[in-house]
Amino acid sequence: MDNVVLSRAIMGTSLGFHIVFAVLGVGMPLLMFVAEGIGLRRHDAAWLALARRWAKAFALIFAIGAVSGTALSFELGLLWPGFMAFSGSIIGLPFSAEGFAFFIEAIFLGLYLYGWERLSPLAHWLTGIPIAISGAASSLFVVMTNAWMNSPTGYVASGGRIIRVDPLAAAFNRSTPTEDVHMLVSAYLVTGFAVAAVYAAGFLRGHGDALHRRALPLAMAMAVVASGLAGITGDTSSRFIAGEQPIKFAAEEALFPTTTGAPLHILGVPLPDQHRTILAIEIPNLRSFLTTGDPNATIKGLDAFPQDLWPNVLIVHFSYQLMVGLGLALGLSGLLYWFLAARRRAPPLDRWLLLALVAAGPASVVTMETGWFVTEFGRQPWIIYGVMRTSAAATTTPALGPTFAIFLLVYLALGFTLARLLLRLAQRERQRAPIDRAPRR
Amino acid sequence: MTDLTLADGVAGILLLALTAYAVLAGADFGGGVWDLFATGPRVRAQRTAIAAAMGPVWEANHVWLIFLLVGLFTAFPTVFAALSVALYLPFTIALLGIILRGAAFTFQTHGYEAAGELAPWGAAFGAASIIAPAFLGAALAAVAAGSVHASSGPNVTTGWVSWLAADLALLAVALCAYLAATFLMVETEGDPPLQADFRRRAVGAAIVSGALALIGLVLAWRQAPLLWSELTGRGIWLLLIALINGPIAAFAVWRRSPRVARVAVAAQIVFVLWAWAVGQWPALVPPDFTIHGSAAPEMTLLALTVLIAAGMVVLAPSLWLLFRVFKGRNPAA
Repeated sequence: MDNVVLSRAIMGTSLGFHIVFAVLGVGMPLLMFVAEGIGLRRHDAAWLALARRWAKAFALIFAIGAVSGTALSFELGLLWPGFMAFSGSIIGLPFSAEGFAFFIEAIFLGLYLYGWERLSPLAHWLTGIPIAISGAASSLFVVMTNAWMNSPTGYVASGGRIIRVDPLAAAFNRSTPTEDVHMLVSAYLVTGFAVAAVYAAGFLRGHGDALHRRALPLAMAMAVVASGLAGITGDTSSRFIAGEQPIKFAAEEALFPTTTGAPLHILGVPLPDQHRTILAIEIPNLRSFLTTGDPNATIKGLDAFPQDLWPNVLIVHFSYQLMVGLGLALGLSGLLYWFLAARRRAPPLDRWLLLALVAAGPASVVTMETGWFVTEFGRQPWIIYGVMRTSAAATTTPALGPTFAIFLLVYLALGFTLARLLLRLAQRERQRAPIDRAPRR
Repeated sequence: MTDLTLADGVAGILLLALTAYAVLAGADFGGGVWDLFATGPRVRAQRTAIAAAMGPVWEANHVWLIFLLVGLFTAFPTVFAALSVALYLPFTIALLGIILRGAAFTFQTHGYEAAGELAPWGAAFGAASIIAPAFLGAALAAVAAGSVHASSGPNVTTGWVSWLAADLALLAVALCAYLAATFLMVETEGDPPLQADFRRRAVGAAIVSGALALIGLVLAWRQAPLLWSELTGRGIWLLLIALINGPIAAFAVWRRSPRVARVAVAAQIVFVLWAWAVGQWPALVPPDFTIHGSAAPEMTLLALTVLIAAGMVVLAPSLWLLFRVFKGRNPAA
């Protein structure tokens, strides 16, 4: 394998690993804050115990997020020195702001995790606010830099050197609004479904105690609101990409010829060499309508662009289909949960529904990861869209193969140990005294 | 002497971030060293004291590194790229150390309650706490000795494998351990036998780090003329202050004044770093990169400075609160 492929493999693995912890770092603080707030307000020991339990799990999750995030800040240079030499001064500002946001999150998390006995209950609850805000801010800042890679603006280059920078124009580029908001709501979506899956599994295994009865509806509330917002922002993103990066859009749709009144492709296998897509369910005119509001609008196909500028159509199309399909299924499962809850005036605990919610946890992670696949694979062959090719940015070091192998092993070990510890932690917590008494350490 | 510019100011801020990382995260790495070498009848108590001291602060201490990296690639992107190419191997190994250290510490402290001792992670915590500062120290030696060049090719060992780098790698570990031992003497003031354990460790680390520092000076004199001329040139006063703090720290450890010792050990690290930085100014990474020649466009530097100032308004009181609650004299536990 050459260095470009290996660099992409290492970076992709690192990002794909980190993002799982990063989204929980955005969403979990909000859940903890709400649970502790309700507990304080209602003097409800179970809500407070829930916040404590989540805090214990979150301590582990946050630390893995922090170290895997550190890996990324090193890897930007270690793998992509050409990219960083060019763009560091342009996109460094949002990264620096992210650094501050992360700093604040780490500081107040230290206070939160170790401060149960040292701070008054109210002060402790309040430390949750900066954690939740800075977690969300981190996501907004760091996605700005990815948005810039899609819509590079705010600089003047001359002979490969950056001679002038407008940091605000670079940070708030054309892709920033859609990417930033879509990622933020997706973080809450994944957190909501991931937490719901844990408690749905608990109910299925007969552990449904007072904590479970509180945790599942709270997580599902976050999940259903976030899926609605993710649907809206996803639609906006999709239509924005149609104008901003028509090649990526055509690859998402696996649309080869430029088409007036383009159909929506559901499933289907793109065959780039034959310039066609087979086995797709086609809904006439729907793609044109969804994208522009006009069923007879013309949508540019891949054939309108030179083939060496095409991304990997197969990966982009499959990822896009998976993201949209799973996203819709997640949204429906959330609506169904609340529909049944509203009709019965009690949280539904049907076995089939709980099973679906258990599946929804990992499915939400897959939805988010495939969303990033669309963004990243869809931008290829560019690292900076229209400006720098990925192949020009990669490092020339000869040691990438072993690096990839070692990092893969490290991430596997971390993931395995973390999963094992979280399971043990849950087991331990269950074996403790019944929750309806005040929690004591 | 040229006038100081915004680029110098940003370089100065990055030096402060490096200093903060070296002292604060250095103490945390040192904690890992003593976790690995915990011995005697109070093994469990030693490890508990280390975990209690690091727990609330290590992640915040670690962020100084992120801050340094991000600040470097924002303000001096070509330098960041050149360092990443030339020092690929030490940085990658240090990074693995940083990942494993943080993960292992978390698994141990937060997982202990659930799963007890986690066999491979306990040793990984200590080993990684040695690997990370050692390879960061070696990388620093390569920069200070002028071995990183703009055109450094894709060779993974050139430039950073030297006797000086080996010595500074060991010195970095020894200083971290020394610093941690004095911090832990402060933390264990209420437990004299445990404090005596860490005092013995502080004495050992003082001897080792003192010897390595003297060897380092000789090596710099014989093998790194650039670094030697920097340290003995403009940096000489700062170097002397660092050297004076050596005996002060050792005496304070001997007299059981850990608070004085803690400051004096930290001062050695701080002033050596500053002597190097001031000595090599206006170079950022000698010989090819000067602060002015490699700085980002003015608007970036200005925006970064404003951002840091604004960020500090939020950060400073937050950090104060963190250390006030957990490192104050009267923890209200």
